[in-house]
Amino acid sequence: MNKPAHIDEHRDDEGAKTGMWIFIFTELILFGGLFIVYSVYRYLNPAAFHLAAEELDTFIGTVNTVILLVSSMTIAMSISAIQYKNKKLTLILMSVTILLAAVFMVNKYFEWSGKISHGIYPGSPTLMEASQGEILFFGLYYAMTGLHAIHIIIGVAFIAYVMVLVAKDEIQHDNFVILENSGLYWHLVDLIWIFLFPLFYLIT
Amino acid sequence: MSDTVIQNHEPNYLEYKGRYKGIFAWIFSTDHKRIGLLYLYSMLVLFSIAAILGLLMKIELIAPGRTIMDAQTYNSFFTLHGITMIFLIVVPGLPAVFGNFFLPLMIGAKDVAFPKLNLLSWWIYILGAAIALSAQFFGDGPPDTGWTFYAPYSFRTGTNMLPAVTGAFILGFSSIATGINFIVTMHRMRAPGMDWMKMPLFPWALYGTSWIQVLATPIVGVTLLMIVLERTMQIGFFDPALGGDPILYQHLFWIYSHPAVYIMILPAMGVISEIIPTFARKTIFGYKAIVISTLAIAFVGYFVWGHHMFTSGMSGTALYTFSILTFLVAIPSAIKIFNWVATLHKASIDIQTPFLWALCFLFVFMIGGLSGMVLGALSANVHLHDTAFVVAHFHFIVFGGTGYAFFGALHYWYPKMFGRMYDKGWANIGLAIFFTGFNTLYLPMFYLGMIGMPRRYYDYVEEFHGPNIVSSFGAMLMISGLVIIITNLVRSARKGEIAEADPWKSKTLEWTVASPPPLENFAEIPVVTKRPYDYE
Ligand code: HEM
Ligand SMILES: [Cu+2]
Repeated sequence: MNKPAHIDEHRDDEGAKTGMWIFIFTELILFGGLFIVYSVYRYLNPAAFHLAAEELDTFIGTVNTVILLVSSMTIAMSISAIQYKNKKLTLILMSVTILLAAVFMVNKYFEWSGKISHGIYPGSPTLMEASQGEILFFGLYYAMTGLHAIHIIIGVAFIAYVMVLVAKDEIQHDNFVILENSGLYWHLVDLIWIFLFPLFYLIT
Repeated sequence: MSDTVIQNHEPNYLEYKGRYKGIFAWIFSTDHKRIGLLYLYSMLVLFSIAAILGLLMKIELIAPGRTIMDAQTYNSFFTLHGITMIFLIVVPGLPAVFGNFFLPLMIGAKDVAFPKLNLLSWWIYILGAAIALSAQFFGDGPPDTGWTFYAPYSFRTGTNMLPAVTGAFILGFSSIATGINFIVTMHRMRAPGMDWMKMPLFPWALYGTSWIQVLATPIVGVTLLMIVLERTMQIGFFDPALGGDPILYQHLFWIYSHPAVYIMILPAMGVISEIIPTFARKTIFGYKAIVISTLAIAFVGYFVWGHHMFTSGMSGTALYTFSILTFLVAIPSAIKIFNWVATLHKASIDIQTPFLWALCFLFVFMIGGLSGMVLGALSANVHLHDTAFVVAHFHFIVFGGTGYAFFGALHYWYPKMFGRMYDKGWANIGLAIFFTGFNTLYLPMFYLGMIGMPRRYYDYVEEFHGPNIVSSFGAMLMISGLVIIITNLVRSARKGEIAEADPWKSKTLEWTVASPPPLENFAEIPVVTKRPYDYE
């Protein structure tokens, strides 16, 4: 009973990354289910989807796309920064990522509340009078962008946690696989948006 | 494989005292062996509850009309019974209990790749179970949709559906976490010399299973999420009144749930592939064929979900495509059966309890599989859909497959897990009673289904009475068998005689360490030079 040393010491960066990649696949499949539902209903209600998509503000959507792309870049840069042993820069780049995520959410907030104030939200009287295709479109819109927003929040929490580790020097230039994984996760969030954006805002 | 080396100065994993005491030493332990036992104990409790619900249903069905419960209670019973058995026991069962315990031991590793994640998945499992079961106790009555949560009823019914669906959703995370953990463990942590073709078959089965868990579970996750949104926010995905399509729900549900059948059955096949060569004292026949068929099952399993929907309204082309594919997926399973039987051919068999479980498995699994062929044929399906025949079929496959393999595994690995032997006499008597009861319970249901008794009905016409009496009697017999089996195991964990490291003279790596295994499994990571099952 004198060997407290236990399994936790096992370290395998390659394994950790593999695990993260598999997890990312599952997330893609999760959204994949919704994409299937979207395509089925779009196919069944082309006209209504066209009409409903016009209601969305392409400008906000584009801004948010750019924001996410830039944030993906900053998190990727933070990984290089840690490899160059530049802790300060790493932390700055990570904060920028979080900041951009916050801006994204603020935009999203205005977008959603705009829609809601027009009476367009699931179960609303206005929507219930619209055609079935429009009901479905907005149902999917709220469900998918909402689920995406939840992923943003999780991603921010993840990155914030990793920042703490960086600050405490638990992540360093030779041991940054968690940072890399948080970056991977963030790219996933970005990637999903890249699919959502054209589906809801661009194809009309 | 390597010569049996046992040095027992290390504390074994059961005695080891870590940072925490008492129950916390278990529920905060990241040791894969303790986590395996945590799952085992949780599942035995849940299984007992669900089995009692099953028994109560059978008592209700012993005579026409109301016997001991009303219709609504019956509905909630088969729902809870189904949810518990499927989502909480047979889907996670073998990987969570025996995978956790034995995968690292069998591939010569000290633990799984992510021990903390492993513990977390147990916690998530408990959380999901608690939420799902809480549906029984508050709100507007227990859920009554059956474990499939079919739309539109699942968002129209006034009963307390949300916790049940949410619980199932949460359980998905546990399943995914375990799957990822196992895949990475097998890719990264096999002992030196153990190339893929030297890996034992239970790990191989877990490998196939893990991929299904990882790739199929998110689909059911999102489907359940849609049910939640539908109920809380009236989104209309599946509600025809709002433009949605309930059939789409069925598609999404079965895209997961058919592969889920293989999550249940592949590890069971893996267990049988361990037990048979050990007691036949022979190399398994067709190792490669078994591996390939495992992967084939994992793959083809994705394309047959439509056989659950033959009567739901699909195009003719879809109907016969799904029917043909369903027949195809039986081939790899049949290959395995041939391999097992060929292994037994001319073997000098050592008849022990685990081996008897494996034989009973072969028997019931064949009946389950063949009745599956009947259901896969379009015309027969139209006649038998949603009858007692289906209930008999899936109990033969799921209970007869996974359940038997689970108990077989428990008797096979018991000495390793607890360091003690159970009473063989009682174990065999228990099995005999259980097996007789099982067949008495479910065989009449094939007949009942063919003459037209629907499933999920708490009442029936007089013509169905006779076979139902037999079946209900079988249920009581089977439960008695279970009681004997479980009592024997529980008792022996304390009182049984001390087991040696390799009581069955088996050859895989887990038997080279002491029983129970030391905390770190292997004092020195073994180097593998031979194939598994190298008996002759
Ligand atoms: C222990 C003894 C068991 C008994 C007496 C029993 C009996 C029953 C009965 C009477 C039903 C209701 C069928 C209907 O109303 O259509 C049922 C349903 C079900 N059973 Fe069992 N069962 C037992 C064990 C199991 C096991 C071990 C499993 C899991 C592998 C299982 C899985 C299910 C499922 C999923 C359903 C739901 C069927 C449906 O929703 O239509 N049962 N069982
Ligand atoms: Cu199926």
